[in-house]
Amino acid sequence: MTTNEMYSLTVNGEHRDVRDSWIGESLLYVLRERLGLMGSKGACEQGECGSCTVLLDGEAICSCLVLSASAVDCDIRTIEGMSPLGTPSDVQQAFVEEGAVQCGFCTPGLVVAVHHLLEHNPDPAPLEVKEALSGNICRCTGYGRIFAAVEKVVEVRKANGAGR
Amino acid sequence: MSTKTTTQRDVLGTSALRPDGIAKTQGDFAFSSDYTAENMLWGATLRSPHPYARIVSIDLSEAWKINGVETILLASDVPGKLTYGLISSDQPVFATDVVRYQGEPVAAVAADHPETCRRALAAIRVVYEVMSPLSTIEQALDPSTPPIHPEGNVFRHQRIKSGNPDIVGDVVVEGTYEIGMQDQAFLGLESALAYPDPGGEGVELVVATQWLHEDQKQIADCLGLPREKVRLTLGGVGGAFGAREDISLQVHTCLLALRTGRPVKMQYSREESFFGHVHRHPGVIHLRHHATRDGRIVKIEGTMKLDGGAYASTSSAVLTNGVTHLQGPYKCENALIDSWVVRSNNPPCGAMRGFGVVQACFAHEGQMDKLASALGLSPVEIRLINAMETGDKLLTGQPVDSVAPVARCIRETDAIPLPPPLDVTPGSLALPGGSGRTTDPGHVKRGVGWGVSIKNLMYSDGFDDTAEARCTLSNGVATVKFATAEVGQGFVILAQQIARSVLGVDTVVLDTIDTKIGSAGSTSASRQTWMSGGAVDGACRRVRERLFEHIAHQHGLDPHQLDIEDTDIVDTMGPLRVPVAQASAGLTIEETFLHRHRATEELDENGQGNCHVAFAFVAHRAVVDVDTELGLVKVVQVATAQDVGRVLNPLALLGQLEGGIAQGLGLAVMEEIVVDNGIVRNPSFTDYLLPTALDAPDVVAIPIEEYEPLSPLGAKGVGEPPCISVTPAIVAAIRDATGRDLSRTPVRPQDICGV
Repeated sequence: MTTNEMYSLTVNGEHRDVRDSWIGESLLYVLRERLGLMGSKGACEQGECGSCTVLLDGEAICSCLVLSASAVDCDIRTIEGMSPLGTPSDVQQAFVEEGAVQCGFCTPGLVVAVHHLLEHNPDPAPLEVKEALSGNICRCTGYGRIFAAVEKVVEVRKANGAGR
Repeated sequence: MSTKTTTQRDVLGTSALRPDGIAKTQGDFAFSSDYTAENMLWGATLRSPHPYARIVSIDLSEAWKINGVETILLASDVPGKLTYGLISSDQPVFATDVVRYQGEPVAAVAADHPETCRRALAAIRVVYEVMSPLSTIEQALDPSTPPIHPEGNVFRHQRIKSGNPDIVGDVVVEGTYEIGMQDQAFLGLESALAYPDPGGEGVELVVATQWLHEDQKQIADCLGLPREKVRLTLGGVGGAFGAREDISLQVHTCLLALRTGRPVKMQYSREESFFGHVHRHPGVIHLRHHATRDGRIVKIEGTMKLDGGAYASTSSAVLTNGVTHLQGPYKCENALIDSWVVRSNNPPCGAMRGFGVVQACFAHEGQMDKLASALGLSPVEIRLINAMETGDKLLTGQPVDSVAPVARCIRETDAIPLPPPLDVTPGSLALPGGSGRTTDPGHVKRGVGWGVSIKNLMYSDGFDDTAEARCTLSNGVATVKFATAEVGQGFVILAQQIARSVLGVDTVVLDTIDTKIGSAGSTSASRQTWMSGGAVDGACRRVRERLFEHIAHQHGLDPHQLDIEDTDIVDTMGPLRVPVAQASAGLTIEETFLHRHRATEELDENGQGNCHVAFAFVAHRAVVDVDTELGLVKVVQVATAQDVGRVLNPLALLGQLEGGIAQGLGLAVMEEIVVDNGIVRNPSFTDYLLPTALDAPDVVAIPIEEYEPLSPLGAKGVGEPPCISVTPAIVAAIRDATGRDLSRTPVRPQDICGV
């Protein structure tokens, strides 16, 4: 199941060659199976659950719905790019401390979605948080601790910003 | 009590954090689907498109011609037992002559790419002689219906006959309740990677499951291998909720790997997942409650009928659980109840969080509201009048000797403030229809409803579901080993908390979760805190005893006067104080402990017997806003007080409560596998709706903390109760808002605004 196609993707700031890929492969498949970036998860293949959320040119998208070969000129940022030096981001830390992680399968997608939300809206109202995260399904937590994690990040960022 | 100031350590009772938490947020945690191997092939399953058909012929010739196809397997390639199953081994690894449900496996392929697999499956030509499916419970119970399986169309009948069946109440209320088929819908799809041993003498399987040892047994039987030649390791599990208790792709993956001599990975799509695991039993329950004029229940009559689908799975146990909980958390001495779970050509059903009690609770709570209304009492009053207490006898004759704070759960829930009125300002996202212009605020009505439940903990009906754990202490570090499936619930946190508390260590290493130790039983039935928690606690205590003996011997003391205080061993009758790290330097102490709950009995033909181990209780109050014109429901708030025994980790507990409530909300207003004459109409997340962040209600939760003396840690299992009575509470709230007699869950828009 290979062809002799070769193309490059820009993932987390790095150029990555994709060789011998079947042209029908989704961005999610290529990230995981060709580039070994297993952080993005697949759970519905229909853009309903958000487990595969990545940033494509700064926009949160479902990587299961994007043909990999169509993303050649895009800046792709995955969960692996959210804490490139290994130190957890404030969002990741808050998810753990507030109990927003149970099975964790939805977590990478949600972390990307929360980073995306707070970049665009640093102080969202509770219903804005719900709206922004409604494309990410979590089956374990009932979302309460996820909202708490978002609140915590907002508070800490505000406090840090005020102190600067 | 020590007066020494303690620093906060992550011991029992604290909100210790997940050891796998950061890795999960960074995408570094390896779920079963994240495993990959050199030279790996992909496996895929061919499934029947028909709910009931005879297989006339299977032609593999075109599939074999596809480049990259390495093997194709049929039933004739299964070397061992041709069937598997949790209780009754009645489900074929691959169908032979007949398929009994849509999605039943017929063949499996291994190939170089998932797309090659898809094309190979499409190229297999199966000729079916389609038969008319047995698709209703009534049809299955009709003795004139021909059996669709050699073991017949009824999995189990269970009667409960208790007290005086002729007694009559002053007031009689009656209702028929219907429950739809719910899916567990865990996020992490079924997946496994099998590594064949050289020469095909054994196999190693990395898999997401709830019960490694049960899988091992069933796989080994089907492979015709001794058990020890089938070695399982738990791959990261992306949720379970009952759906991973049965075999799905385990046997197929191993077969493909053994046949090709190469590692094989199988991973279901979401659509395949709907066909690849069992669901919550749909059913119909009819109840007639007799009560005195002052509201006391004197007799329950009724029937409970569940549809188990094509194969047995745990159907018989689900039925027993359901029927023995039909009285709810209420006192009652007289009953005559008959119950059946049947076989049909619908999707197989089995374990899902709540295990039969969800169905029972929907019915008994509907009855409680009917009683209240007939007697002019409030929903709270009728439940308080009948609230069960420790020492009461169930309709099975079993005394409730668990802590049973039912009245307290109700009262504390009742005391939680109601939410503010609906925000009707234009653009409000809080309206039932969300942010669009769907809902006219003038059509929104608010309702309040109640649900209270009882749930058994651990396995029942004579099943001895033991749990084993091992603890090794060396140089101040404890290593804990168990086969307990961590599916997200947080047993990994708890195991560390226990070891820290018992041994006074801070570093607790968790060994790989695999079959290199005895079974821990299933991660289900709200049992692992009690069972595996008991096993880890027992192993750590044995290690501590030996450490105390060692130190006592060194210092000429009686080991019984030693104790752990924070991270030190202290002499309770003298000045000795030695840090555990120092005391265990150069030592290796290892102990294994098998935890066993007290024995239970099988029910007799009248449903009598001490069939359950212990019970937990919970109350839910739901507040909803209903758009009565469009039939849309917004669950505004769920208040709950849950009987939890001792709180071991407040944060993890809250996560279980909120998560369970969301699943119960799903069953109340949106989640249903729609089956039409055996055909599943909505096997996708586009059509099977799950609660999103916008559907999440405000949850106000109060743990009712009363130490449970029967439990090794004083704690009760907390996983299932949250999802049980919240469903009837929400439906009751919708009844309250609309005045409709809603007898079916999930409630659909047409149930609210249909004529």
